[in-house]
Amino acid sequence: MKFNSVFDIIGPVMIGPSSSHTAGAARIGKAARNLFGKEPTWARIHLYESFAKTYQGHGTDFALAGGLLGFETDDPRMNKALEIADERNLDIEFIEDSAGVSHPNTARLIIGDDTEKIELVGISIGGGKIEITELNGFELRLSGNHPAILIMHNDRFGAIASVTEILAKHEINIGHMEVNRKDVGKEALMVIEVDQNVDDGVLKELESAEHIEQIAKISS
Amino acid sequence: MFRSAAELVEIAENENILISEVMIRQEMEMKEKSREEVFSEMEKNLDVMEKAVEDSLQGVESVTGLTGGDAVKVQEYMKENTPLSGQIVMDAVSKAMGTNEVNAAMGTICATPTAGSAGCVPGTLFAVKNQLNPTREQMIRYLFTSGAFGFVVANNSFISGAAGGCQAEVGSAGAMASAAIVEMAGGTPQQSAEAFAMTLKNMLGLVCDPVAGLVEVPCVKRNAGGSSLAIVSADMALAGVTSTIPCDEVIGAMYRIGKQMPSSLRETGEGGLADTPTGRLLKEKIFGTSV
Repeated sequence: MKFNSVFDIIGPVMIGPSSSHTAGAARIGKAARNLFGKEPTWARIHLYESFAKTYQGHGTDFALAGGLLGFETDDPRMNKALEIADERNLDIEFIEDSAGVSHPNTARLIIGDDTEKIELVGISIGGGKIEITELNGFELRLSGNHPAILIMHNDRFGAIASVTEILAKHEINIGHMEVNRKDVGKEALMVIEVDQNVDDGVLKELESAEHIEQIAKISS
Repeated sequence: MFRSAAELVEIAENENILISEVMIRQEMEMKEKSREEVFSEMEKNLDVMEKAVEDSLQGVESVTGLTGGDAVKVQEYMKENTPLSGQIVMDAVSKAMGTNEVNAAMGTICATPTAGSAGCVPGTLFAVKNQLNPTREQMIRYLFTSGAFGFVVANNSFISGAAGGCQAEVGSAGAMASAAIVEMAGGTPQQSAEAFAMTLKNMLGLVCDPVAGLVEVPCVKRNAGGSSLAIVSADMALAGVTSTIPCDEVIGAMYRIGKQMPSSLRETGEGGLADTPTGRLLKEKIFGTSV
C-alpha cells in the first residue's frame, strides 16, 4: 500500500498551488537536504515531463529550493524561497530534461558543497506524497514517512551484521531493510527504516564500523 | 486494514459503526496513536479549511490575475436572489471555488486529496452544515469519511492529475465529499459507497489541462462542478438510487482510463483547454512564450 495514513489524503496543510508540484516538490528538496546532512551550496535540478513543462506555473522551482533550505510544506516563506536561497548563497540551476522517466513528476537532484555531493531521484506521487527512487546510482524505495538510515558500504561479509549489531545494542527496531550493490564486492547501499529517530551518537558509532563509507539519515 | 470500498463498507456493517469510525480505528492502530491525537490532528486540518473559506469570502486574487473573486460574486448573488440550483448547492460552489482561489493565490490550504481539488470537501462541508447542524465532532468525522474513500482510491488508482487526469483529482474529491455528506445526513455506509460511485462515474474521463500549466483555469471552476455533483449524488443515494457498476469497479475503470490518457492531457499544460487560442494567448501573456 503506497498510502497508509488518512493524513496522506486529508492533508498536508500547505502553501498552494499544487500538492504534487509544490508540496511534493518541497518534500523532495527536504529529503535531499536531510540525506546530504547539511545545507548545500549548489544544486543542479533536472525536471522531467509534467515537472519540466509546468514548474514555473506551479512554483515547483521555489518549492524545491524551499525544501533544500529545510522548509516544511506550510512554511509561509515558501514562495520567496528562490530569493532566500540566493541570500544564503545556495546556487540553484534548473534543467528541463526531455529524457524518458517512469513517473510524470520526476526530479533528479545533484546537490553538494566544496567537498561532497550526492545525486538522487525523487518522484511526487500525488497529494504531496513522495518517494526517493534512486540515490548515488542505487535504486531504492524510500517514502520519507519513517525515520531511516542510509549506509554506503563495501560489499563484504560482516558489513550488515556489524550495523545490525550496533542497532540491536541501542534497542533500535528495524521496520524495513533493503540492501543493494553495484557489483559483487563493490559499493553497496543499506536502507534501514526504523521506528524512532536515531541520534547522532549512534550514527557516529555506525560510521566507525567496519566497511562503512558514508551515512545519511532521514528524520520524521 | 481495508483495501477496497467493499471491505470498508463490510467492516462498518459487521461492526455496526460509521465509515468515519473504521478510518479512525485504522489510523490509531497503524500509527499507534490515541483517539485524541488522531482527532486533534484532523481538527487542525479542519481549522485550516475554515480559515481558507473565510479568507476567500473577503475576496482574493492570484498573482496572474486569472482567478479570484468568484466566491464573493456567488455569495452576493445568493443574497439578492433565490438561486435556481438551491442555496446549499450554490453555497458549496462558492466555498469550493473560494478555497481554490486561496490556493491559486498561494495561500494556505489543506490538500483533499490534492491542492488542485482542495475545494470540494470543505466547500460541501461548510454548505451542508447550515442545514444538518453537525457538532464539531461530526464535522471532523466528515473528513475521516472523505479520507477513508480517498484512501481506497489512492491505493487502487491515483489521485494526481499528472498520473491520471482531473478525474483522479476533482473526480476523487467530489466523490469523497458525496460519501461524507451521506454519512452526515444519516445515510448508511452502503449509501456512502453508492454516492461515491455515482459522482466518480460522472467525472470519468475528465482530463487535466491547466492553462499555462497553472492550477487556476479550469481548476477553480471544476471544484464548483465537483462539489455540486457531490451534493446531487448524495441526495440520489439517500433517495435509494444505487450505482449499477459497484464502487470499486468504478475506481478500477478510472485507473484504466487514466492509463490510456496521453501525457498532453495529464497536467503538462499542452492539450485540451490549455491548447485553445485563448489558453495559448494567456500563457504567452503570463510567461512570454507560446505553447
